[in-house]
Amino acid sequence: MFRSTRRALLFAAALAVPAMVLAGPQPAAAEKVLRVIPHADLKNIDPIWTTAYITRNHGYMVYDTLFAMDANLKPQPQMVDTWSVSDDQLTWTFKLRDGLKWHDGAPVTAADCVASLNRWGKRDGMGQALMNVMDSLSAADDKTIVMKLKQPYGLVLESIGKISSNVPFMMPKRFAETDPFEQVTDMIGSGPFKFSKDEWVPGSKVVYLKNEDYVPRSEPPSYAAGGKVVKVDRVEWVYFPDQTTAMNALINNEVDYFEQPANDLAPILANSPGIVVEVNDPVGNMGFARFNHLLPPFDNVKVRRAAMAAMKQEDYLLAAVGLPEYFSTCYSVFPCGTPLESTAGSEIVKSAGVEEGKKLLAESGYDGTPVVIMQPTDIPVLSAFSLVTAEKLRKIGMKVDMQAMDWSTLTSRRAKRDPVKDGGWNIFHTWWIGADVLNPMAIAYSGDPAKGWFGWPSDADLERARTAFPLAKNVAEQKVLATKVQDRLYAIGSHGNLGAFFTPVAYRDNVKGLIKSPVQFFWNISVE
Amino acid sequence: MFSFIAKRIVATIPVMGVVALFVFLMLRLSPGDPASVIAGDYATAADIERIREQLGLSDPIVVQFGNWIWQLMRADLGISIFSNLPVTTLIAQRLEPTLMLSLTTLTFSVLVAVPLGALAAWKAGTWIDRAVMIFAVAGFSLPVFVLGYALIYEFSLALQWLPVQGYKSPFDGLLPFLRHIILPTVTLSVIFIALFARITRASVLEVLEEDYIRTARAKGQTERKVLLGHALRNAAVPIVTVIGLGIALLIGGVVVTESVYNIPGLGRLVVDAILKRDYPIIQGLILMFSFVYILVNLMIDIVYTLIDPRIRY
Amino acid sequence: MSAIADRDANRSGLRERLAEFRRNVLSRHPTMAIGGVLLILMILGAVFAPLLFTVDPIALNPIQRLRGPGAAQWFGTDMFGRDIYSRTIYGTRISLFVGLAAAVLSIAIGLVIGLLAGYVRLLDTILMRVMDGLMAIPGILLAIALVSLSGASLVTVTVAITIPEIPRVVRLVRAIVLSVREEPYVEAAVAAGTRLPLILIRHILPNTIPPLIVQATYVCASAMLTESILGFLGAGTPPEIPSWGNIMAEGRTYFQIAPWIIFFPGALLALTVLAVNVLGDGLRDTLDPRIAKKM
Repeated sequence: MFRSTRRALLFAAALAVPAMVLAGPQPAAAEKVLRVIPHADLKNIDPIWTTAYITRNHGYMVYDTLFAMDANLKPQPQMVDTWSVSDDQLTWTFKLRDGLKWHDGAPVTAADCVASLNRWGKRDGMGQALMNVMDSLSAADDKTIVMKLKQPYGLVLESIGKISSNVPFMMPKRFAETDPFEQVTDMIGSGPFKFSKDEWVPGSKVVYLKNEDYVPRSEPPSYAAGGKVVKVDRVEWVYFPDQTTAMNALINNEVDYFEQPANDLAPILANSPGIVVEVNDPVGNMGFARFNHLLPPFDNVKVRRAAMAAMKQEDYLLAAVGLPEYFSTCYSVFPCGTPLESTAGSEIVKSAGVEEGKKLLAESGYDGTPVVIMQPTDIPVLSAFSLVTAEKLRKIGMKVDMQAMDWSTLTSRRAKRDPVKDGGWNIFHTWWIGADVLNPMAIAYSGDPAKGWFGWPSDADLERARTAFPLAKNVAEQKVLATKVQDRLYAIGSHGNLGAFFTPVAYRDNVKGLIKSPVQFFWNISVE
Repeated sequence: MFSFIAKRIVATIPVMGVVALFVFLMLRLSPGDPASVIAGDYATAADIERIREQLGLSDPIVVQFGNWIWQLMRADLGISIFSNLPVTTLIAQRLEPTLMLSLTTLTFSVLVAVPLGALAAWKAGTWIDRAVMIFAVAGFSLPVFVLGYALIYEFSLALQWLPVQGYKSPFDGLLPFLRHIILPTVTLSVIFIALFARITRASVLEVLEEDYIRTARAKGQTERKVLLGHALRNAAVPIVTVIGLGIALLIGGVVVTESVYNIPGLGRLVVDAILKRDYPIIQGLILMFSFVYILVNLMIDIVYTLIDPRIRY
Repeated sequence: MSAIADRDANRSGLRERLAEFRRNVLSRHPTMAIGGVLLILMILGAVFAPLLFTVDPIALNPIQRLRGPGAAQWFGTDMFGRDIYSRTIYGTRISLFVGLAAAVLSIAIGLVIGLLAGYVRLLDTILMRVMDGLMAIPGILLAIALVSLSGASLVTVTVAITIPEIPRVVRLVRAIVLSVREEPYVEAAVAAGTRLPLILIRHILPNTIPPLIVQATYVCASAMLTESILGFLGAGTPPEIPSWGNIMAEGRTYFQIAPWIIFFPGALLALTVLAVNVLGDGLRDTLDPRIAKKM
C-alpha cells in the first residue's frame, strides 16, 4: 500500500513539472526483441507446482532438462552427455555435459538434478510411476547421476524426457528441496533464457533475457531436443485478454508473434500483408467429453455408449473450431499420426449418429434422469462442445440440465464424487494436447476409480493393460497393450472422443526459425 | 471543520468493516476454490486437499477471517495465491495506468461535458439543447466494448493514426503516452460526458431561474458573464457531487476499457483474480476500490465548503 | 379523522397529476410517447416471439455458420450457425426480464429497507452503514464476483445486477421519509396513536412512489447494459438462453468477420435503453417537478 501511495504522489509531482520530454527514450538500436502474445497469462512460475501449459512454456525458457523428446517422439539427451544401462536393466547411469551453469554462475551438479527429479516425482503422474519402481537415486560424483530400479521399467527415458506438464526441469538443489506443494521462490535455472523478475507484471507482461552463458548442443533443434540457440536478446510475452485486440495489434505491427489466435481469425490474419499463419503443432489437441461413471444415468455403460454413439465428431469440430483446415476426425484414442494410433473398438465413434444413439439409448433402460452438463463459458471451445453435446443428448431422447459456470468453478466441481443434488455432475468437456496422451500411461485413460482422473471409470482389464505397458519388452508388445487399452476404453464408454483440432500461430514475416512442436519454444527464432 | 473531517474519517471505519466482511463471506461461501485450479488436470483429490491446507483454506472460516483482519491491521494485503507476489506489489505495478486513464477520462469528460451542458441550458428548448440531450441519452445506451472496437477499427486500422493497444508511461515521454491513451479515454468518457452534461444542464437551468441572475441581467451584465460568472459557479455543487458518484462508475468502466485496449491496469487484475479465485487479490482490490470511493466522496464533502460559502459545518 | 382526510388529499393529488399527465404530457413530451410506444413494441415482440417468423434460437447448424444477413437469415448467423434474428427476438425476453426484474426487485427491497431506516431510529445506523458499504464496492465488480462465484444463471445474474442498485434506492426513500415524517399530517397520525405499519403505508409510501418510478426506469436501463458487460467479461447469463448481452459478448471475437452478430442485438439494446431513458425523463418531468430540477 505504501509503495503505491508513494508512486501516486510521484505522479502528482511529475504532472506538475511542465518540462516533460516529448519523445520517449530510444531502445538501444542493436537489441533484438521478440514481442509475443502468449496463449495465456503467466500466473505462476513454478512448473512443478502447477501443470498450466503457460507455466510449462515458461519452464522451457528458464530451465533445461536431462532428456528431451524429438520430432520422432523419441527421448534424446539434452543436459546429459552420455548414459548407460546395466544388462539387467536395473541400473541407469547419466553423465552431465560440460559447461552447464546456473544463471547465478554456479555449475550444475548431479546433486541438483537428483533433488529436482525427486521433487518432480512427487507431483507428476509419470514421475510417481517411475518413483514407484525406483530403488535409489543418487549422485555418484559432481557429474554422474545413478538411478537404481526395483524392476525393469520401459519408460525411464520417456519419463525424464517427457515434453509436457509436468516437465522434469532441473533446478538448483536449494530450490528443488522446496515442498512440492509450495512454489519455489526464485527463478534460477540453467536454460537458454533468464527470467527478468523485476519486469514481471502478472496478468500482463513477462520478460526473458538471453542467457549468454548457455552452451547449446550441436545437433539441430527438433521438438525439445537438439541445440537451443538463442537468436534474440529479449523475449517479451504480453498477454492480451481480448482476441480482437490481439489480432489488431499483430496487424498493426505492435507485436511479432501471436501464439493462439482463434481459428476464425486466421483468415483475416492470413490476408493481412506481412503476416504468416500456420499450424505449428503437428499432433494437435484431442477433444474429450467426460462422463461421470459414478452417477446415474452414466453409471450405466449402455447409456454412456448411447451418448458416445450420438457424438459425431464433425459436428463438434465444425461448431467449436469452424474452419476445416484446422480440424480432422480421429477415431483413435491415441493421437492420429503417432505410433500407438489404433482403430480398435472405434466403430462406435466412427459410425456415430443420432439414430444409432437413439437405438442404443432405447436398449439401455434410461429412466429419464437429467444429465448435468457443466459448461465453462470462459473457454469458447469447451463452451461450444457443451452446446453440441446438449443438443445431441436431447435428440436421442435424454433430459439435459445445462449449467453454465466459469472454468475455475468447473475444475473444483469436477473433483466432487457426490450425487448431483450435492454438487455432483454428469458430463464436462476438455481437451488434452496430443503430446499429453501419447500412450496408455496418460491419467486420462485410467481405469482405477480410486486413483484415476475425474469421471472415475472402473475397469480391471483396462488397468491391467495400463500397468503392463511400461514393463513391455519392445515396441510390438507396447503396441499390443495400447490396442488393448483403447479397446477397453471404448467398450466401457470411458469418454466421448470428439476428434482432433489444431491451433494456428500467426506472426510477422520477419520472424524466422520457428520449431514445429506441440510446445512453443523460443530458441532458434530470429527477428530480421 | 477539522472535527468534522475527523468525524467523517472515523465514520469510514465501520463502512470498511462492512465491505471487508461482505467480500470475505462472498468469496469463502461460494463454490470453486483456487486449490483445484492450481492442482490442474492431473491432480487427485488428495493433492487438492494438500494444496488447500497449504493455502490455509481448510482452516475454519472464522480463523481465516481473523487472520486476514490481523494482516490488514499491519497494512499487509497478503500474498497472491497464484503469482506468489505480495498483493501490494501487484497493485503498485498496475496503479499507474488505471490512475492515468481515470484522470484523463475525468478531465476530458469535464472539459467537454460542462460547456456542453451549460450551452444546452443557456439555449434551453432550441435544437442545440435537443442535440446535446439526445447525445447525452445515447451515451448511456451503448455498451462500452462495442464503442471501443469501433474506434480501434476506424482510427487504428483504417486511418492508422493511433496504436491499437497498450499503455506507455508519461514519464517515458508525453507523446507516446498521449497516443496510447486517447482512444481509451474517448471510449470511457462517452458515458461520463453524457452524465455530466445532463447534470450541468439541469443545475444551470435551475440557477438561471434564481433571483440574483435576474438581478444580474437587469444590471445589464452580458449573457456570457451571467452564465460563466454566476450560473456555472453556483451550479458547481451538484456537478461535483456527481463526479464523486462517478468514481464508482469509472472503476466499472475501466474494467472493460482495459480489456479492450489491453492496458495493464487494476481493473483487469481484479477480473482475472475473480475468475481464478485468487482470494487475496480480490479482497485487497475491492477493499482498496471501496476505500478510494469513500475517500473521494469525503474530499468532495470538504470541497463543498470551499466552493459553496452557504455550507458550514 | 384528519388522517383519512389527508390521505384523500394525497390521493386526489395523485389523481390530479395523472389527469394532468393525460392532458398535457403526451403533447408536451412527444419523445416520452415515442419511448413508451417503443417499449410496448419490444414487450409485444418478446411475448409473441414464436409468431414472428423465428426459428429455434438455440438450434445449432454449424454448416451455415457466420453467414451474413440475407433472405434465409434476416440478421445472419453466428459461429454456431444459429439464426441471429431469432436469437435477437427471443433475446428481448431475457434482456427485458433482467431490466424489469432488476428494477422491480431493487425498488421493492430498497423501499422496505429505506422505510425502516427512515422511520425506525434504531435500525437506521446499522442499515445505513451496510448500505454505505455496499455502495462503496464498485457495482460491476460486485456483480462479476457474485455471478462468477455463485454460478451463471438468469436468476444469479439478475440478483447480482440488482444488489448494487439497492443502496441508491434506500437512500432516496430514506431521504423522503425523513422529510415527510416532520409533516403535520404524519405527526397528527402519530399523535392519534396510529400504528407504525399503517403510518408507513398510508402516509409515507405514497410520497415515495413518483421518484421511485423514475428511479426504476434508470435501474432498468442500466441493468440491461450491465448484463451485456457481464457477458463481455465472461460472467453473463448462460449462453444457452440468448440475451442481447450474451449474443454480443459471444460475437465479440467476430467483430471484424461477422459484425452483424454484434450489430443487431446492439442496435436493439441501444434503442430499448434509449426508450426507457426517455420514458424516465418524461415521467420525472411530469410526476415530480421538484426532482426534475435536481436531476
